[in-house]
Order: sequence, then structure tokens, then C-alpha cells
Amino acid sequence: MINVQHINKSYKDVLALSDISFEVQKGELFGLIGPDGAGKSTLMRILTTLLIQDSGTATMNNLDVVKDYKKIRNIVGYMPGRFSLYQDLTVEENLNFFATVFKTTVSENYELIRDIYVQIEPFRKRLAGKLSGGMKQKLALSCALIHKPEILVLDEPTTGVDAVSRKEFWDMLKNLQTKGITILVSTPYMDEATLCNRVALMQKGKILNIDTPRNLIENYSRKLYAIRSNDMHRLILDLRAYEKTDSAYAFGQYLHVTGKADDVEATEFENYLLKKEHSNLQVFDIGPTIEDVFMDLMTTEE
Amino acid sequence: MDEKVITVKNLVKKFGSFLANDHLNFEVYRGEIFGFLGANGAGKTTAMKILCGLSSPTSGEVNVAGYDIYTETEKVKRNIGYMSQKFSLYEDMTINENIRFFSGVYGISPKDRKEKQEILLRDLGLESSKNTLIGSLPLGWKQKLAFSIAIFHDPRIVFLDEPTGGVDPITRRKFWDLIYEAADRGITIFVTTHYMDEAEYCNRVSIMNCGRIEALDTPDNLKQQFGAKNMDEVFLKIARNSE
Repeated sequence: MINVQHINKSYKDVLALSDISFEVQKGELFGLIGPDGAGKSTLMRILTTLLIQDSGTATMNNLDVVKDYKKIRNIVGYMPGRFSLYQDLTVEENLNFFATVFKTTVSENYELIRDIYVQIEPFRKRLAGKLSGGMKQKLALSCALIHKPEILVLDEPTTGVDAVSRKEFWDMLKNLQTKGITILVSTPYMDEATLCNRVALMQKGKILNIDTPRNLIENYSRKLYAIRSNDMHRLILDLRAYEKTDSAYAFGQYLHVTGKADDVEATEFENYLLKKEHSNLQVFDIGPTIEDVFMDLMTTEE
Repeated sequence: MDEKVITVKNLVKKFGSFLANDHLNFEVYRGEIFGFLGANGAGKTTAMKILCGLSSPTSGEVNVAGYDIYTETEKVKRNIGYMSQKFSLYEDMTINENIRFFSGVYGISPKDRKEKQEILLRDLGLESSKNTLIGSLPLGWKQKLAFSIAIFHDPRIVFLDEPTGGVDPITRRKFWDLIYEAADRGITIFVTTHYMDEAEYCNRVSIMNCGRIEALDTPDNLKQQFGAKNMDEVFLKIARNSE
């Protein structure tokens, strides 16, 4: 459904995208995962025909992003990172406007947006600029869907959104996926990768790896330990000073620690830390998260 | 040891008939890392603006860094630092120019500034880059510098509003190293975040919902209190329950 081959894009002397290639299947929920500056938005703008690549080719449902840009705009729904609806139009007016631009009506495609739109319908007379963050997001998604697109492109829809609203938003995406829509979504939150069918991990204009979240986690080859004690800040400093430690990073209530050689035993860390008089010490094996995978790829890349 | 740097008693803030902050009560201690969490629209930003002296409460007592928020607002502003992901440094000015600008804003004398500036640049290893534009620095350096400048005038408290949004996972963790170092030096850290793993790094966490503080304790106690295995679950339970 989406086919990207060897895309390059620079802004003056800044390389924004470097040899990007990937495919997204019909009906797939595909994630671009990476921090600011990874190139996610640039890539999405090229795919939505708002920007032209320097080299390489990309097609959306077999339509070329440069030659067939007008046709693509009819089959793609795009929700940019910054809220870009008309702040001085009401909820209802915005939705009608986007329907009219695409030569359709709200009632014709209401079925598709119903589950999302009912949540903001009580505020349909309110100006879009006066909505809360969560409601703006729902309106933007409704507007992106009103012409019944085959492909939905969402640029960081959950950035700056609280944990509860983020969960709700992903539930909405899963629901849209069941209606056969292909979804390309970007996020800087690594934990959201597990909600996608497949993801591309991106950093500084490059794809570090593409796979299912499960495969990415299973292919992580390092031995990883979770470590905790009563004094977490001193623990991290002590571990970094230890000659057998490769990396020690905070992961919520535990540190995730790798040894220089993967045969460093849990007991070696334990004995070292007991000598440093850490109390309530816990050391155990732990499976990696997508963030561990990403950090490992980042450091090998550098 | 338990020196209070923020005291909030019955803080109320209304916008018309809307109750944005509904009788907030809490204290923050010297050198503490205090996490200030809540759903969007829960009233965090309103409360933070009041604590920073940018907005007046409707009623209640608020004391920040030893000064009364109603009568000594300017003194409050001089004794706090502020940094967010959205606004930190001027991208089109050099490192030196940013330091000079913020020193001027906080009323640091040129003599003191020069001395401290040298130490700061040396500590960060940025001496040779002092005439580099902020915009051309890698994100990790930019963040380090923004934080160092936010505490350049030796504030008693630094407010960090989502300081790590959109940052890669390694830089994000390095930023928390800076937070811990500053807290060890006695600077109080008041931080908001949407990353629930970061809530675990705080000494105490408050969680707001619909204008009220629904929970306030150490991460361990909160997890116990809500029968949750991590802070993500605690947050979801609080935010969903009171809807």
C-alpha cells in the first residue's frame, strides 16, 4: 500500500532523510518510532505530497507521490503534528469544511467517524480554538477521516498528551484498522511501538531497524539485568564506575544494566554492590523493552 | 533537613465559574525532586504559573522560596529557575549571548557573570564552542546548557515543564543525571512529565485530576496504596476513576 525506495532529502546542508526504504501492507498499522530530528515529519510530508524528495521514489497505493500528487490527496488522510484546524470555526464548521473540500458530506461518511465524533459532538458549536487538547485531537482525527481515506498518516498524534488520553487514542486507531484503513503513525514514545504491527526505528534521518515489535525484542542479543537498591542515584554512579559495566540506565523503578562481556554474572554485580554497602539490593535477569533495543541500536550506530 | 521551600495552603484558582485549582495543599522540601503529574486539563499549568509568580491565586496561601506570592512576587521570580522543552534558549543567539541575556534578566552583575560563565563552560566542556549558535548544537548539549542556564543564578527551586518531551531515550536519561546532581547540591526540582517511568525517579509525586490533588506520596507508597505494579498503573487508576 505504501512503498518507499531510497528516499533522500536535505534542507540546505542538513541531511533530513538518508536512503529510506520500507513497505507498508494494506490494512497494516505501521509506526515510525524515534525522537525529534529523526526525520519522521519530513518523511510523512513527502508521502502526503507536501514536500518533494531530492531522490528516490515513493508510491501510495501504486500512485507516485510526485506525478500523481492530486490523486494521492484524495485517498490519504493526514493529521499534522501541529494542530492545524481553523481555530475560529466551530467543531461542526471545521468538519463540514473538510468534507466540502473533498466533495463529500459529513452524513455520507459519518459511520467511519461516529465512534470518535460522538465524544466531541456535545461541543459541536464550540470554536475549535477553545477545545481541550484531547478534544482537539479527536476533531483533527475526524477531519482527517471525513473523506474516507484508504491511508491515514498521523504525525505524532500523542505527543504532549497524558497517559490516559494516549491509551484512548490508540484504541481508536485499532478500531479504524479493523475498518481496513492502512495507518502510518509516528511517535517519540517508545512504549507505543508495541501497539503497532510493525515499526521502523528512526534516528537522525536513518532507519535503524524495521520489524515487528516482538521480533525486535526477541532479537536483542545482550544479557540484561534489572538492579535496584535503596539509593538509586548512588547505585547508578557506582555501577558506572564498575569496570565490568557496559551501560547502566534508569528504567522506572529499576536500572537496566549490561556487562562489558555478556558473561558477567548477576552475582558479580551483586557482590560488587554489596561491597559498596547498598541495602535492599535486587539483581535479576530481565527482558528488554523497545527502548532498550533502540538505545542499543543508537550506540552501535554511533 | 526538612526545610520547606514551597508551602501551599488551600490554593484556589477560578476562571469565571471554572474551578481550575480546587483547594490545593502541599509542601516541597529543599533538595527534593517533586513530580507534578496529572491529565491534560487537570490544572497543573495553572498551579505552576501561580508558583512561578505569573498568575495570582483567587484565594489561599502560597509561599515560594521563602517569599509570599501575593506581596513579594518579584522576589519569588528572582529565586526560581524555569525550563521547558518548548522554551529554553534562543536558537539564533550564541552560547555566550544566551548566558549574558539570562544573566541580565536575573540581575547578575557582569563581574559575577564572567566568573560563573567560565566555570559553566569549563564544566560542560563547551569553552571552544562559546560563539556557536544554539540552533546548531546537538540536542543533548542544548538540553544540558538550557538546564545549566536555568540554574545559573543559583535559584532555590527550578521548575521543569516537560523537559524531556521528544528527546531520544539516552539523552532523556542523561538529563535525569543532571537533575539528580542539582538536587544533591540542594536545589529543589519541581518537574512535570508525561513519561511515567520518570515519575519513579522523583522523591515524591503528586497526581492532579479535575483541579484537585488526588494523591501525593513517594512512588513506592503510591504503588502500594493503589495496588499497582508501576506508576503508569497508579496514574491510570487515578485519572480514570474520577471521570
